[in-house]
Amino acid sequence: MNWAAIRVIYVTEMARFFRTIAQSFISPVISTSLYFVVFGAAIGSRINEVEGVSYGAFIVPGLIMLSVMTQAITNASFGIYFPKFIGTIYELLSAPVNFLEIVLGFVGAAATKALFIGLVILGTAALFVDVQILHPVAMISFLVLTCLSFSLFGFIIGIWAQSFEQLQLIPLLVVTPLVFLGGSFYSISMLPPIWQSITLFNPVVYLISGFRWSFFGVADVPIALSLLAIAGFTALCLAAVWWIFRTGWRIRG
Amino acid sequence: MDNIVEIRDLRKTYAGGFEALKGVNLSIKKGEILALLGPNGAGKTTLISTICGITNPGSGSVLVGGHDVVTQYRDARRLIGLVPQEINLEPFSKVKDTVAFSRGLFGKPRNPALIERILRQLSLWEKRDARVVELSGGMKRRVLIAKALSHEPEVLFLDEPTAGVDVELRKDMWDIVAELKELGTTIILTTHYIEEAEAIADRIGVISSGQLLLVEEKAELMARLGQKRLQIDLQDKLSAVPDVLVEYNLELVEDGQALRYTYDTRGERTGITRLLGDLASAGITLTDIQTEQSSLEEIFVGLVKEGAA
Repeated sequence: MNWAAIRVIYVTEMARFFRTIAQSFISPVISTSLYFVVFGAAIGSRINEVEGVSYGAFIVPGLIMLSVMTQAITNASFGIYFPKFIGTIYELLSAPVNFLEIVLGFVGAAATKALFIGLVILGTAALFVDVQILHPVAMISFLVLTCLSFSLFGFIIGIWAQSFEQLQLIPLLVVTPLVFLGGSFYSISMLPPIWQSITLFNPVVYLISGFRWSFFGVADVPIALSLLAIAGFTALCLAAVWWIFRTGWRIRG
Repeated sequence: MDNIVEIRDLRKTYAGGFEALKGVNLSIKKGEILALLGPNGAGKTTLISTICGITNPGSGSVLVGGHDVVTQYRDARRLIGLVPQEINLEPFSKVKDTVAFSRGLFGKPRNPALIERILRQLSLWEKRDARVVELSGGMKRRVLIAKALSHEPEVLFLDEPTAGVDVELRKDMWDIVAELKELGTTIILTTHYIEEAEAIADRIGVISSGQLLLVEEKAELMARLGQKRLQIDLQDKLSAVPDVLVEYNLELVEDGQALRYTYDTRGERTGITRLLGDLASAGITLTDIQTEQSSLEEIFVGLVKEGAA
């Protein structure tokens, strides 16, 4: 294992984050606050408790997931797309590193950033509502796994993208709708039966449900299914990245 | 083992069907400076990219320090430093950080003293805390070299190090290459400037249309350069070179209207005086004489044309 390479990639990627630490910190705080003003105070006051949890608290896990998923994808996709765009990827390709080391460096940094944002949002939410965490170990595990798997997914998007527009395409067209329709702001039991069935095809449902379970002990789908979903998604992304580096797809001529 | 790089029958066809390398064989000796000379699109960059791992090889093999660049890529790549043709640098990194990054990428432990030595050698020490984006083009090129040297490679590839560089910087670059050779680094550089190959290389390889047309000691190539031709225009046509002039290896050209004599300018005697005397004795009347020298440029163009034919 080339640990020195993993370290320098990770440190360099994190340095970019720290250069803009104020923005990195302030933007999730402001957007979370806005969500609470709109959903918590304005709309939430008209909604009764959802499965025994006040609406304001109910949306906290979904809100964290929404930001963590988009941040993980954005950070990881940009992290690998940028060297491709400016040409510095030559160095990664000509160095004695394998795909796992490159992925650990880039994805590790992107996941760390996403985790940081997730914790900032959790902290901000705690200022507005009473947040209880029934299963802290499960909560942290779900959070970390989501950061990792969506960073991996972002990494793949970054390698696939051949323009900045494409870089934004998947997060905007696929991920945001899936997350919004995945029960971030509602329980799927609130939907008409037909939509409840359709929603089960949305993988994000399983993540948000499992994550919410670790907070309040209530879930839309069995917790084991949630775990299986996140493990499956991580494995799928890992396999894709392994294949990319084996064949050199879109990175090695 | 004398050869640090061994390339055997290397072929590469890009996805679009373009055949960039058509069976290249090349051995590079440890400690030498090899210049790969060729026009744009000849396959120089593809060759370097394949050795360094940026491009997947089609078929054939490349060994660096005895390690196969595909199956033993870690051992092979540790020995290689690459200075790319384009100035590919992260614009917001500090000079010393980006150089230290490269060292880490190659699995070497941090070594600030070594980085300082490299930066001083390349006159970059004063700029160590500057961001890449603030540097001039020449300075950026030096940063690329510093990055390539950061992990103490045994073989350094310079892909067109002086393309689009002013005369002064080009001379600097040549000095840097000479210094590195002193330190025992093997250097392979590509260029399409003949004078560059002439100024710094030990051996010169000519590449065109994906084929290596020749690899020769520079001295031998220069010897060919040292040859001059004397053309003697005759008043009366000859049907054959007279027997008395056989020892001069004359060629009968222009339909027998002229004789051509090839001689070495560096020899003690060129033989011209004796030849002219013998011509007079044989009763041959001259109308004009002229000399011409083939330049490396001519040799090169000739080879490239032959290769294309």
